[in-house]
Amino acid sequence: MSTVHVTPVRTYLLVFFALMALTFLTVGVAHVNIAHHLPGQVTDAINDAVAMAIAVTKATLVVLFFMHVWHSARLNKIVVWASLFFILILFAFSLADYFSRGWLGVPGK
Amino acid sequence: MASEARPAPLAHHFDDYDQQRESATLGMWLFLAQEVMFFGGLFLAYTVYRWKYPAFFALGSNQLDVPLGLANTIVLIGSSLTMVLAVRAAQLGKARQIAGWIGATMALGTGFLVVKGFEYHHKWVHHLIPGAGFHIEGTTDPAAQTFFVLYFCMTGLHALHMIVGLGLLAFLVPKALRGDFSAENHNWVEGVGLYWHFVDVIWIFLFPLLYLLGRHHA
Amino acid sequence: MTAPATAAPNALPSYLEAAHGPKSWLLTRDHKRIGILYLVAISVFFVLGGLMAVLIRAELATPQGDMFSSDVYNRLFTMHGILMIFFFLIPSIPAVLGNFLLPVMIGAKDLAFPKLNLTSWYLYMIGGLMTFGSLLTGGIDTGWTFYTPMSTTFAQGQVLVTAVGIFVAGFSSILTGLNFIVTIHRMRAPGMTWFRLPLFVWAHYATSIIQILGTPVVAIAILLVGAERLFHIGVFDPKYGGDPLLFQHLFWFYSHPAVYIMILPAMGVMSELVTAFSRKRVFGYHFVAFSSLFIAVIGFLVWGHHMYVSGQSVVAGAIFSFLTMLVAIPSAVKVFNWTATLYKGSISLQTPMLYALGFIGVFLIGGLTGVMLGTLGIDIHVHDTYFIVAHFHYVMVGSAIMGYLGGLHFWWPKITGRMYDEFWSKVGALLIFVGFNTTFFPQFILGYLGMPRRYHMYPAEFQTWNVLSSAGATILGVGYLIPVIYLLWSLKFGAKAPANPWGAKGLEWQTASPPPVENFATPPVVTEEAYAYETSAPAKEVTVGV
Repeated sequence: MSTVHVTPVRTYLLVFFALMALTFLTVGVAHVNIAHHLPGQVTDAINDAVAMAIAVTKATLVVLFFMHVWHSARLNKIVVWASLFFILILFAFSLADYFSRGWLGVPGK
Repeated sequence: MASEARPAPLAHHFDDYDQQRESATLGMWLFLAQEVMFFGGLFLAYTVYRWKYPAFFALGSNQLDVPLGLANTIVLIGSSLTMVLAVRAAQLGKARQIAGWIGATMALGTGFLVVKGFEYHHKWVHHLIPGAGFHIEGTTDPAAQTFFVLYFCMTGLHALHMIVGLGLLAFLVPKALRGDFSAENHNWVEGVGLYWHFVDVIWIFLFPLLYLLGRHHA
Repeated sequence: MTAPATAAPNALPSYLEAAHGPKSWLLTRDHKRIGILYLVAISVFFVLGGLMAVLIRAELATPQGDMFSSDVYNRLFTMHGILMIFFFLIPSIPAVLGNFLLPVMIGAKDLAFPKLNLTSWYLYMIGGLMTFGSLLTGGIDTGWTFYTPMSTTFAQGQVLVTAVGIFVAGFSSILTGLNFIVTIHRMRAPGMTWFRLPLFVWAHYATSIIQILGTPVVAIAILLVGAERLFHIGVFDPKYGGDPLLFQHLFWFYSHPAVYIMILPAMGVMSELVTAFSRKRVFGYHFVAFSSLFIAVIGFLVWGHHMYVSGQSVVAGAIFSFLTMLVAIPSAVKVFNWTATLYKGSISLQTPMLYALGFIGVFLIGGLTGVMLGTLGIDIHVHDTYFIVAHFHYVMVGSAIMGYLGGLHFWWPKITGRMYDEFWSKVGALLIFVGFNTTFFPQFILGYLGMPRRYHMYPAEFQTWNVLSSAGATILGVGYLIPVIYLLWSLKFGAKAPANPWGAKGLEWQTASPPPVENFATPPVVTEEAYAYETSAPAKEVTVGV
């Protein structure tokens, strides 16, 4: 019988408080116009980028520790990566259509 | 009735508990992979329409109540903590604790849905439900509805998943109290836990994407 | 040599004898019985879809739209497509042959999740009954592709019911794929390493990846169409800022890989048939195995080739066109490998082999015309013409169904314990091949000449080819009827099948025909490679740079 890794409660609490901190951070940062505070011309989208970076960090913490992927079989990790890869394909190729409309100056395209 | 000496039953087609547990976990991860793609389609729609109508999305987002969204986020992440503690109790074979933590998860999850209900009611009262009666301060362009179409589709689908999750949790409680879960065989708890955390991860993305747009221009 | 399964005649009852009565079937957890449940169900849907086809070809025998109104004709081809694709082709090989054979081929007692397997069948049946109900009340006229705004705003008829039916059936597909992947990873017998697996298993692994990752996207697309229709909201409606093309992106993201769900299992069958009936190891096992995975992955990168003329950007169209060329390569690799396997093999032309050889011929045409259609410049001219219709029928009917029938015949003795009549089975195979080509080859010509699809009337100059096509359809219909008769006949009167009537390699042939409930009397241990046929003539080592 192989042993299943039992995570200490302390780890879960640390992750929980990190998630709380990041949640408050994202609300706070959302009210700050980051582009204004940076030198030079920075796109307004930087707020979006920061918000997504925080969300990705939170999600990663949940996946790695609450969902036990950190200590999980390699195959489970591969499944996680695979789902991210395929969602990336859905986004990348669909947005490639939207972003490139009108590039060639061809009527109707 | 399982006693301390007798392990929970092994399904007939498996060779040992490890194989059964690894199969169950892999199966749930594959299910979650398809859930990622399922929600992913909605996130794509969000991305496309937000790229097309940034002003309308900011306008719509400002109609949402950030304190309520924040509270719900805290509640849901809290429920993820209680859920993972339930799984931990199952790993350690502590039957009563499993039921307790699952109960806490259910309470928090229900709280989330109650708050959501209030939010939806608020939208109804303020004519922000997409359709014939839609009206928003600041524009009469029908494309302004797009944000709310996505708001209701995404949070609605999320809420539906939470309701299913609550049902699954309710199903687990009597089993936990009966002592059906042992350290060798608690795949149900583990599986529902993974599902519940996934629903939390979706909300982690929904919250900033729906509630926090355009606040830095306010 | 594998450890022999005990073949004592009275040892274990077969899975068919182990229990009786409706409950033993409707509440079974046995993957073999569930395979049979699917076999019956998909056969019914095939007949229904086939009836639609008969009516379509009857109408198209004359240039005037005289049998049906446009609206009824729209419903006919829509229901034909929906029934055939979602309720026949997509489940066919995986749910019937895959369910039955996968555990046996890897030496397992059942799939990883037997109760989930039964649930999959019930979900399929619920979806099927909903769609059948929709059919009875007039069906829908949107085309199986459900394009918006037709499906959301203008279509009359049972769009919601049909959409939900397909949605539910989609989950059947997802759960079956999930079950297969876990089974293949976690339940192989000792000694059954990845590269000793039959290529049928590799093919189903690749198929399952597509089922799990692709189906949910069409599910959300359908859900949104339903929401738009039910709640009168504007997800895809330009009036409310929506984009109809977004629906197409979501729809085709699944529906292109879906065609690989339909063909990959048939290719898996092909590898089994070609090796068994040339009594030879497959040429390039690793290439065939990995080509299945490549098709599955690259198949997700090409969906925009269905949207060249829909309003998609030319740049995106060009990208999709290039990637479409890539996806043809692994398919071609398989054809080369099967052909090389045949070379200097000891070939016997039993019925399954006839289907296999037929497959190679029609897949060549279907696949090559696919490459033609992937070419942006050509597709502009032949899109929405009969060229497209001919192409996809060559791959879906010609190739996939012939693969299914070849597999059904090959494993029929294993599944039922009976042999069918070899003469009539050859007659059936021949009629199907002749009938199929007569039906669909003229459609390439019609499409090239400009006849549009989904029209029930056409200019008089197209009639000759249409009549030829309809005549072919009649032959094809008869061809499909013949196996129904002799296969059913064999259940009662066919000779009892031995464990290995074909002398084929593979774990399924090491156990009784039909197998006992848990597949093997003693769990097998694998010690040899797949397709370890000994050739009678000393093998002349031909290494071709592999």
